[in-house]
Amino acid sequence: MTDIEKEEIILRGIGASPGICIGKAYLVDREGVNVIPQYLISEDHVDAEKNRFRTAVEKAKEDLKAVIEESSLQENTTILETHIVMLKDKMVYDKTLDCIEKEHVNAEWALKKVITALLANFKRISDFYLRERGEDVTHVSNRILRNLVGVEYNHIRSINKRVILVAEDLSPAETSQINLEKIMGFITDGGGMTSHTAIIARNFQIPAVLGLDNSTSVINNDDLIVVDGTTGELIIHPSEETLVRFVQRSLRYDAQRAAMAKSSQFPANTLDGVHIQVLGNIEFPEEVVAVKDNGGDGIGLYRSEFQYLKRSSFPDEDELFDKYRDVVEVMNPAPVTIRTLDINGDKAIVQTTHSSEKNPALGLRAIRYCLQKPDVFKTQLRAILRAAAFGNVRIMFPMISGVEEIIQARHALDQAAESLDKEDIPFNRDIDVGMMIEVPSAAMMADIMAKHVDFFSIGTNDLIQYSLAIDRGSRHVNYLYQPLHPAILRLIRQISDAAENQGIRISMCGEMAGEPTYTPLLLGFGIRELSMNPLAVPVIKSMIRSVNIKETHELVRQAMKFGTAAEVAALLKDTYGNIVTDKLYGR
Amino acid sequence: MSVSKDLSKEAVIVNDLGLHARSAARIAALARNAKADVWLIRDGEKADAKSIIDMLTLACGKGTTVTIKIDSGSDAEVLHNIADLVKCGFGE
Repeated sequence: MTDIEKEEIILRGIGASPGICIGKAYLVDREGVNVIPQYLISEDHVDAEKNRFRTAVEKAKEDLKAVIEESSLQENTTILETHIVMLKDKMVYDKTLDCIEKEHVNAEWALKKVITALLANFKRISDFYLRERGEDVTHVSNRILRNLVGVEYNHIRSINKRVILVAEDLSPAETSQINLEKIMGFITDGGGMTSHTAIIARNFQIPAVLGLDNSTSVINNDDLIVVDGTTGELIIHPSEETLVRFVQRSLRYDAQRAAMAKSSQFPANTLDGVHIQVLGNIEFPEEVVAVKDNGGDGIGLYRSEFQYLKRSSFPDEDELFDKYRDVVEVMNPAPVTIRTLDINGDKAIVQTTHSSEKNPALGLRAIRYCLQKPDVFKTQLRAILRAAAFGNVRIMFPMISGVEEIIQARHALDQAAESLDKEDIPFNRDIDVGMMIEVPSAAMMADIMAKHVDFFSIGTNDLIQYSLAIDRGSRHVNYLYQPLHPAILRLIRQISDAAENQGIRISMCGEMAGEPTYTPLLLGFGIRELSMNPLAVPVIKSMIRSVNIKETHELVRQAMKFGTAAEVAALLKDTYGNIVTDKLYGR
Repeated sequence: MSVSKDLSKEAVIVNDLGLHARSAARIAALARNAKADVWLIRDGEKADAKSIIDMLTLACGKGTTVTIKIDSGSDAEVLHNIADLVKCGFGE
């Protein structure tokens, strides 16, 4: 183009999957769809143009059918089947034909006009879930556009060189077709930590920076880019100097990870020989692979919500059982801790109570919801008990706030077992029953609660939010989200003392458990089971191996004297800071 | 224009997801049996019940009251069927 050297551009987004990659950008939209030709059609060609559109729709229909046949994910195909029906929806199909007829414009342009107008309507919708249906319209229209533009849609499926995928957003249909071995990294304008792309990227350990707003307009095809999914940085046209810096960082990171992953297959013992169980948190059955690869000693939190979300009916018992059994069998004899349905504040968009509750985080959620919907609850409990016949299952109830709830939940479990027994369906009732401690009242009552369960699992994310009365999603107060707040430390101490006195197991499954900075402190409190994002397992195991339990007791003794989180953080930095930096970034 | 009572029915969206794509698809499937137009009305805003996308833009969450309206008395059966489908929460 020109002789002028391109300037380095740095963009910051959400580091949704850690790791560093350097490579060429591959823009999904530009090569297939985004460039839309606009021209007028003469009177005598209008009919032909309309037919061209009809053909493109038919082709899109065939394409979708083929995708459905190839796809193995049940959830995906339901969405795609609806997309097939939407291809012929009047609002798209008839209106586009109308527009070609009346305005004498080419089919691509007509379709684009119709879709743009439609999407404006969706943007006004306040209900999050229903507003998101606008995405369905986008995916449907993109399929037609690809066929119209004529380029044999250079499909992400056909990518045959190692690239960094750059897209406005990736639909589940698109991600299901990617040959992930060819993808070095993901960049998207939309999306966030919980988006589909983020989950896929973390599962396959591909660096991803999402939520960049305008990356697709800044990046050109084949641009050299650097993606740092750990920090959320994206560098376009990196300078020589930047490249060297990131290559070094990347080598260090990879070497560190490789060494850690290798040693992670072995049990984690402290310097003074105390064994600590390090387990993985999962949301989807497929994630067991990540748990095993990273050396997880089991699953400390299997979130059971995904089978209930983004769908129109409750899953039936067999469907739940199948998924649980998959996970349980693969992990056996390692434990799988299934948390019963926790439809909550940030997920409530779909099945439950969003419309009427002012304060969903304090409303009808988790165990409260289940106890009010005995049928839904029973279906899940039966599925869990049945899966327990195939391996090592533990069950835990979320958001218990009082003793009555744990008694009622246990009663429901007994009833579910009785009903299975009567029907002669194989199950295993001899499983550990535990509760999450994430409500301050449960923490205060831990001594009594401990008499009713086999284990506690501390859910730090909610415990911190509820105790400190802050919403970490709020820009204005999220600086107050302090895991090291002395009040939180006191609650954890109270919970662990109660567990110890009663002789029950205690674990932690919140984000705090996967953060190496906190590991010495948590061990000092007597916690012997930590459950986390599977990718954090190697780092935490490595951290555990550098810690001496006796010293952690002293650490806790000192930490409990402080009045502020900042002082506690400073203490941790002084005592273990160097080890943590070493584990996270290598040297 | 006389809006006879027989030409419309009210129903409340009771399923938890609200009127989403798949439930709208089921309404549209019934509406396509009608000879004349069928409408879904929410707070005076009207959507073509034969179009999934049009109905989606009405954004009917759980608890929304909608009116189903037919233009021709000969489509009374379609009207009944749609009202029943909505009332039973799309069998979800």
